[in-house]
Amino acid sequence: MSAITHHIPDAMLAAYAAGNLPHAFAVAVASHVSLCAECRVALGAHQAIGGAVLENTGAVAVSSSLKDDILAQLDAPFTPEPVYERNGIFPGPVTEAMKGRAPRWKKLGMGVRQDILSADANGSVRLLYIPPGQAVPDHSHNGLELTLVLQGSFSDETGRFGVGDLEIADEDLEHTPVADPGEACICLAATDARLNFRALVPRLLQPLFRI
Amino acid sequence: MIAVRDNRDRNAFAALFDHFAPRLKGFIIRSGASAHQAEEIVQDVMLTIWRKAAMFDPHRAQVSAWIYQIARNRQIDIARKENRPMPEELKEEPGMEPDASQILALEQEAGQLKQALATLKPEQREIVEKAYLGELTHQEISAQTGLPLGTIKSRIRLGLERLRHELKDLKQ
Ligand SMILES: [Zn+2]
Repeated sequence: MSAITHHIPDAMLAAYAAGNLPHAFAVAVASHVSLCAECRVALGAHQAIGGAVLENTGAVAVSSSLKDDILAQLDAPFTPEPVYERNGIFPGPVTEAMKGRAPRWKKLGMGVRQDILSADANGSVRLLYIPPGQAVPDHSHNGLELTLVLQGSFSDETGRFGVGDLEIADEDLEHTPVADPGEACICLAATDARLNFRALVPRLLQPLFRI
Repeated sequence: MIAVRDNRDRNAFAALFDHFAPRLKGFIIRSGASAHQAEEIVQDVMLTIWRKAAMFDPHRAQVSAWIYQIARNRQIDIARKENRPMPEELKEEPGMEPDASQILALEQEAGQLKQALATLKPEQREIVEKAYLGELTHQEISAQTGLPLGTIKSRIRLGLERLRHELKDLKQ
């Protein structure tokens, strides 16, 4: 596996540790950290600062019964949260977003497929499958989009993105990502805005008209 | 914490409670909860610490850092009624000897961070607190200067060395 060269910006990692990233971005960040030792360590640094903030916070006396209440519950039965394991190319946070199922690809044209894992007014998470040499469908988003490569690679004006690399594109970035030759490129794409399907079509048809 | 993890030591857990519960309550009130809500969340966080103790790895996280992350996660999970996406847990090598110097280095660094935070100018400290209490978006954080980045960097190097070492062990 080639080395990861595109990482999570520090501010985004801090917001993730603090729990203040939109859910869709948190899925992308948790997935990248699952694949990237460097960002895992950087996240640890942010957690350490959070821990120092906690240590320095003024203590507020707790009610006298709280400790005994908690100690009395230590043996109470509880249901552990399910743990989602990595499955092939999909890291744990992605299999969690997929709820453990296999990808359900829907054709978008030109061999491109997608699987929408979640979508609402606060953002969307989807998987994209792009055949080698094919342009990535238009990033038809109004906000920010994070794209994490899970298989293959793509290139655009800003560089090459291989497995584990995270591209962060705002609406001002004009770029045409194209899947590299070889293996099909599979990505996780997360936006913090509603998906705009209409804008997806013209871009997909572009290669047709060029032929 | 290690006694809680390895021996399920209730006295050690009670000591952990005495240190962290009042701080957690103050921390949770600062992020907008009422005193009553805060106590409910403290209870939830303390029980989570007990139940997830097996996942605590002193080579990778200080006690305060680990508890900070649990506290933020539980606050958000309760508020949004959804589970926050978390990275995969690294699997610890079975039978790996604890590296006392690494554990000590991490805890010493936590002490230094705490000191560094206490000596920041009030307005800088305010920004750091807001960022790690989840009051700033990532755009707002990236617009801030004066976060203790130098300290982060040294921690990154320290942790990376250990992690690289571990990953190498796993491959063999
Ligand atoms: Zn990274």
